[in-house]
Amino acid sequence: MADSAVHDIQSVYEPSLFGTYSKKIGMWLFLLSDSLTFGALLYAYSYGRISTEGWPTPFHSESIVNATIMTAFLLTSSLTMVLAVRASVHGDAKGQRLWLLATMLCGTGFIVLHGREWSNLIAEGLTLPMFPKVPGHEAASEFVNVSKTVPQFGATFFGLTGMHMLHVTLGVIYLGVVALRRKFIPILLVLWLVAWLATPAYSPFHYGAHVLLIGAIVCSIILWLKPKLYDSSDVEVAGLYWHFVDLVWMFIFPLVYLMSAKIL
Amino acid sequence: MDTIQIAIAERVAEQHRHHGKALFFWVWGALLLMTAIEVYLTYQNMQPGKMLTILLGLSLVKAALIIGYFMHLKYEVSSMKWLTMCSVVACLILMTIFFFPDAFRILYLGVK
Repeated sequence: MADSAVHDIQSVYEPSLFGTYSKKIGMWLFLLSDSLTFGALLYAYSYGRISTEGWPTPFHSESIVNATIMTAFLLTSSLTMVLAVRASVHGDAKGQRLWLLATMLCGTGFIVLHGREWSNLIAEGLTLPMFPKVPGHEAASEFVNVSKTVPQFGATFFGLTGMHMLHVTLGVIYLGVVALRRKFIPILLVLWLVAWLATPAYSPFHYGAHVLLIGAIVCSIILWLKPKLYDSSDVEVAGLYWHFVDLVWMFIFPLVYLMSAKIL
Repeated sequence: MDTIQIAIAERVAEQHRHHGKALFFWVWGALLLMTAIEVYLTYQNMQPGKMLTILLGLSLVKAALIIGYFMHLKYEVSSMKWLTMCSVVACLILMTIFFFPDAFRILYLGVK
């Protein structure tokens, strides 16, 4: 029946040059543009590193272990994402939902570990001028020196990893909408409240948590304007976005963390 | 979606149905293994230039596996593959041409 539909309309519409449906092509085009955003950030980081003498290598083994676990979370989330796509094309709605929730869980684990690492680095003195000071905490002199002598390090580190963390957060929200639709909005609002109230006022995550609130508002509008059942093509398109987030981390991890590891 | 889009989406879904689960687990295992190798190499006191080359090489292989198998580009038509990969590579080459000679120039001139 699907083939006859193509033949009937072929006289009116030309078949797709790229052999696939338009929203998938749209997502690919978005990902191409987004890859240039991350490309520019990675180039800025590398430029800073090459052109600055005494570039710090401040990441102790705890940071490297933490970043390695984060990488494992993202790689596992990519596996669960392809299994969600596979379940969706086989018409297994329950499997699709479960694998999407597993992907979201891995993504959330990544964000929590990343947030914990940021908080530790900020408390130890690796900070940006815009971040509030951590009260009653003695900053480690090594990181204070880094912030003063090579401010490009903190700026590029927080800029690059923050942009990636934002993408992961938006990816989790996207998958939540595809998996649970309207039921996800109250969950997202609860997550926002927990993230906002559980983080101290001096933490950048206290304000960053509002991304969840903005996400809840935008998703509510989308679900209200265009309520629909998400099919396998929607899951596949969401999967493309998720894998891209994983793909970008494959370059951030070695360039930012491994190349800046403190070897004793 | 209109009828032709539904028909194309169904055809794409049919392609996905032929992929076994085992392949994805192999790719996932290979990605984890390469990550472990990267972390191991970090602590081998290698020359930074040599280490950067190896790490970026492994990252490119990992990226190719993710794009090819997880993002399904390996199974797309060739026009899709060429459009996506050529355009992004061309832009990154342009960035390289503009950024890096300048970065090294600043380093060698000692401009603070």
